Amino acid sequence: MTRLALRRVFLALPTIVAAATLVFLLVHVVPGDPVDVMLGESAAPADREALRHALGLDRPLLTQYGAFLTGLATGDLGRSLVSGEPVARLVAERVPATLELTLGALVVAIVIALPLGVLAAARPGTWIDRAAVAFALLGAAMPSFWLGPLLIIGFAIELHVLPVSGRGGLAHLVLPACTLGLGMSAILTRMTRASVLECVGEDYVRTARAKGVGRVGVLARHALANALAPVVTILGLQFGALLAGTVITETIFAWPGVGRLTVEGIQARDYPVLQGCILVIAAGFVLASTLADVVNAALDPRTRPGAPEVR
Amino acid sequence: MTPASRRVGAAAALLLALVLAAVAAPWIAPEDPTRQDLAATLAPPSRGHLLGQDKLGRDILSRVLHGGRVSLIVGLATVASSLVVGGAVGAVAGYAGGWLDDLLMRVVDVLLAFPGLLLAIALTAVLGASVQNVVLALCLIGWTGYARLTRGEVHRLRSREFVEAARALGAPDRRILWRHVVPLLTAPLLVQATFGMAGAIVAEASLSFLGLGAQPPTASWGAMLNDGRAFLLVAPHLTIFPGLAITLAVLALNFLGDGLRDLLDVRPATDLWR
Repeated sequence: MTRLALRRVFLALPTIVAAATLVFLLVHVVPGDPVDVMLGESAAPADREALRHALGLDRPLLTQYGAFLTGLATGDLGRSLVSGEPVARLVAERVPATLELTLGALVVAIVIALPLGVLAAARPGTWIDRAAVAFALLGAAMPSFWLGPLLIIGFAIELHVLPVSGRGGLAHLVLPACTLGLGMSAILTRMTRASVLECVGEDYVRTARAKGVGRVGVLARHALANALAPVVTILGLQFGALLAGTVITETIFAWPGVGRLTVEGIQARDYPVLQGCILVIAAGFVLASTLADVVNAALDPRTRPGAPEVR
Repeated sequence: MTPASRRVGAAAALLLALVLAAVAAPWIAPEDPTRQDLAATLAPPSRGHLLGQDKLGRDILSRVLHGGRVSLIVGLATVASSLVVGGAVGAVAGYAGGWLDDLLMRVVDVLLAFPGLLLAIALTAVLGASVQNVVLALCLIGWTGYARLTRGEVHRLRSREFVEAARALGAPDRRILWRHVVPLLTAPLLVQATFGMAGAIVAEASLSFLGLGAQPPTASWGAMLNDGRAFLLVAPHLTIFPGLAITLAVLALNFLGDGLRDLLDVRPATDLWR
């Protein structure tokens, strides 16, 4: 297992470098001049040249790419054009808030989706199954930038039970975590339901039932363990999507994380900050998928490399 | 009538109603969506303004109807361009195989390893905020799903007997691809495009919500939600109605996609909702 984990982490590195290259190309190769976007097309040529020099854009592209990768390897993501502070420090200060929010959303998603998905699969065709399917459909259709304000109207403005925005104690986390996590819980509910339903139809479940194991026992000891592997894969992929989703959720709730910093970087046209934020979120996305692969292999030996093919 | 065909019918009817409302917006909207009435800012729903008025006194119903046009245009343009690019890349990779397949699929893998919405945010931030750039950004990330799906299907079909028979009869590769393989891709691509359209509508609204999409005074559902954020306490109707329009559109498309998948017996589509 350790070898597999190391192998997966090693394989994730080129993906992170590829993502970094993509971010570099975004700023340097796409049509349009970042200097134009930052200063406007009517800026004085001297100001444009000064900014171009400050950003290092007057050097050959390959030199810039080399410097970018070297900086990345040493944790240097450049300096903010607005505050002059190192981007790495600015981003690092915001990472704990984003992790807190993302993990909170993950807890919300799991706490809702796993019991609901299992219950729906255990009682197919009943009202609880129909309710779970309806929740999954509606949850996937409601965008977070609508759900968030609705939760604020309901729980903060009308009921006065939770704060409107900002970061503080657990009460501050509830609404942003629900906003970010409910969409994921909809996808997970559907996945869990489908996965458990598939496992319930397997021969080993029938054998266990024939041997007298009760419905709950079969679900808990046999079906659930096997049904969880694909759910974990989705969980890993969705965790990365949650990280990207923080850009919207942190904006709605003025949550001081990397997502909010990304939007601040866009609004201030602070390209180094924008680049740094996107890189960190993309790296988190890749690492989450990697972690999901490793956990999946731990849960299901059939998915390990070199495992014999089951027919 | 099977449950799947009933679902497709209901979803298609809802979608058709939304599309017709958006297309006919200039004729059925009660007012010009940019007409301001500063004496009635943030007015709640009333008989004269069924969904109320926004911070500049503009009629929200008219803006929701016109906003649907932006979502529809972005959704259709994104899906059409992604389908053409992704379909072509996937067909070439799947049919050619070998190093070309490896190379194209590695590019797809790298792009899929990147959160799509984040890439779209970065692209529109760099290219500048506009509806055209939103379509460009969404197409640049959207084609990968179609490429992977098409490549898988073509790869599976190219070893089937009817393809081998056509090849044995001397048909050139282009003819085999167009006459024998592409028609069989219609069903899975149609399902994927339905979900892709829903994803594109949400992504456009997300970008407009962040100020990176349609620019004022153009009405767009995401931009309307962004406008409403500052007035949640005093005028929640600014937020409720455009959000409801997005949710209805996405729900109709997801229902349609689900129904079509069951009806056409297609394997689950790649999830573009990342």
